[in-house]
Amino acid sequence: MSDLFNVSSSPHVRSKDTSSRIMFYVVLALLPTTAFGIYNFGYRALILILVTIASCVATEWIFEKIVHKKSTINDFSAVVTGLLLALNLPPTLPWWEAVIGGVFAIAIVKMMFGGLGQNFMNPALGARCFLLIAFAADMTKFAIDDYTGATPLAAMRNGEAVNAMDMLIGKTAGTIGETSAIAILIGAVILILLGVIDLRIPGTYIVTFVIFLVLFSGHGFDFNYITAQLCGGGLMLGAFFMATDYVTSPITPNGRILFGICLGILTGLFRMFGANAEGVSFAIILSNLLVPMIEKITIPRAFGLVKEAKKHE
Amino acid sequence: MGLMTFKGGVHPYDGKDLSKDKPIRELLPKGELVYPLSQHIGAPASPIVAVGDTVLRGQKIAEAGGFVSAPIYASVSGTVKKIEPRRVTVGDMVKSIVIESDGEMKEVEYQKTEDVSALSNKEIIEKIKEAGVVGMGGAGFPTHVKLSPKEPDKIEYIIANCAECEPYLTSDYRRMIEQPEKLVAGMRVVLQLFPRAKGVFGIEDNKPDCIAKLKELVQKEQRMEVAELKTKYPQGGERQLIYAVTKRSINSKMLPADAGCIVDNVETLVAIYHAVVLGQPLMNRIFTVTGNAIAEPQNFYICVGTNYRELLEAAGGFKGECKKMIAGGPMMGFAMFDLDVPATKTSSSLLCFTADEVAAYEPTACINCGRCVEACPELLVPSRLADFGERGLSDVFEKWHGLECVECGSCSYVCPAKRPLAQSVKTMKKQVLAAKRKK
Repeated sequence: MSDLFNVSSSPHVRSKDTSSRIMFYVVLALLPTTAFGIYNFGYRALILILVTIASCVATEWIFEKIVHKKSTINDFSAVVTGLLLALNLPPTLPWWEAVIGGVFAIAIVKMMFGGLGQNFMNPALGARCFLLIAFAADMTKFAIDDYTGATPLAAMRNGEAVNAMDMLIGKTAGTIGETSAIAILIGAVILILLGVIDLRIPGTYIVTFVIFLVLFSGHGFDFNYITAQLCGGGLMLGAFFMATDYVTSPITPNGRILFGICLGILTGLFRMFGANAEGVSFAIILSNLLVPMIEKITIPRAFGLVKEAKKHE
Repeated sequence: MGLMTFKGGVHPYDGKDLSKDKPIRELLPKGELVYPLSQHIGAPASPIVAVGDTVLRGQKIAEAGGFVSAPIYASVSGTVKKIEPRRVTVGDMVKSIVIESDGEMKEVEYQKTEDVSALSNKEIIEKIKEAGVVGMGGAGFPTHVKLSPKEPDKIEYIIANCAECEPYLTSDYRRMIEQPEKLVAGMRVVLQLFPRAKGVFGIEDNKPDCIAKLKELVQKEQRMEVAELKTKYPQGGERQLIYAVTKRSINSKMLPADAGCIVDNVETLVAIYHAVVLGQPLMNRIFTVTGNAIAEPQNFYICVGTNYRELLEAAGGFKGECKKMIAGGPMMGFAMFDLDVPATKTSSSLLCFTADEVAAYEPTACINCGRCVEACPELLVPSRLADFGERGLSDVFEKWHGLECVECGSCSYVCPAKRPLAQSVKTMKKQVLAAKRKK
């Protein structure tokens, strides 16, 4: 037999979706938010975004060069991390601090643990929390149109009235990407339509958080207050773009629901009873740590298997 | 009413247009035909002819090797040339009877049954057993065993698997379009065995012409109906089909009969009709030769034992350079490295592609996206099972229900990181089962 044929185990066909295509979809879905951030905060936001992405991609490339691994920058995941990190930074942050954030996200949180798929914590949020601790003053200084101002959440905490409409559109102080709920929701719809995420995590997260607010905020069912809480801070961005990060969320369907519930409760706890008006970032990275446990208790029952309890009836 | 279906599954490109409108063409084999003694699940058959014997078409050449086994018949007239190990589609060497055809197709006399309703159940099953009928969808489980459940009264559904959910295959489709009466007649025989059961033809809705044809035919039948199934792979998987039609679910430790069901493939039911009504043993089947490396994709009526190379040549040979050959469908078929293998009772197709999709992708790290979980018709977590498999963690593998895998390949198909998930799970499953047998 002179011809040579390829032999492999079935199946012999593959879908067109690839990891890099999914990452590209995420970048695409972040574009409305990114564009609004640049419109809202000006050229400084643009520079910060570019610097952070460049820092993340370069760190991954250099790290893999040093440890003699094949470069994985083509999978776009470093771009997503960089963009998400930038969207979580205040527009006035010095650029070199953003670079440090990017290096930390990729080198420490992601690559040290084995690279894509192995990190136990969302790299962008890990880096944000690192920066919050390292450069506390710069990371909590918010300004819009060159006037330093409190973020709506901080204002609410001080008992000031906020305009929920402004928060929906995003003409408020905050990090580059978190202010416009509408821009984030457009991105969320894109992600859902492209099949990148489903509503299990963001849906249960938001619903749990709202229930928590009604029960414990002391405002009861105050529509304005709830809207402001939902649109304020990093909640929308966190719920749709960071909590849904595949690597750091449970893979089991019920685990995703449980994960969303944990997030809702933790965010509520941090925002209501914490020292800070913010709480989403910490809620997400804390829940990231719970993922292995959540998965362990939510192993799905295979098709056709009956519940143990039922058998004894 | 919505279409019947199951949870999970995938939608691969179906490629059926290549061959679906090609009428069945009878192919007369030339030269040598090879009959592996093991073309069914169970004990191999034992030869009852010797080298040098002349045989007729329809003559028994090997006797069943036990209850779970099936006899084998010559599909041509000629001389027994050799009895020796020959390569089969999956790559193994299997002891086979080789017959040199004399090209005359001289046949034995078949004993027709004028009035099937006068036969007892025992007689019907005996006829099916004697004819060597096995599951022709691919598994090759002896049909007489399937039709002898412990409690025949509990069988409520006879499901004809007309889904043909594997991409590219069109043999069942052609059978349903051209000879649906035979299929219905086969169903009638089986229903006679199970007086409490009704016969359901489960057909995917991408074959509206088959649905219409069979609906018309079952109008006159009291106990038969057509179930329209959503087009989705693996709709024709036994557990999935049973669920779609009856909403009953079975697991790996159960038989369809436990859910009151018996599932038979299109070709099998036709073979039952041939066996019981016409008295003919299983010697032929429909076979699709297709793929983008085939000059003229075709559906053939072939003799069991025909060489694959002959089938390829009958379809005009290769068009362009063939990189990958598959026996069976692209989702569960076997990649072949040699064309000199015989078509058996369970061979449904030869697929030839100019490019190997699998080799084109390099597996990358799992990103935990959960697409395999959404796709798994058994509701498992394939990425974890594959990981446990690769690390040899058999206890966790079982805890995550790895043994329930039906090996449909949906997980590998959807994986965006192109990881060979099904392969790892299948391998581990084999190891775990082997270890269990040892105990």
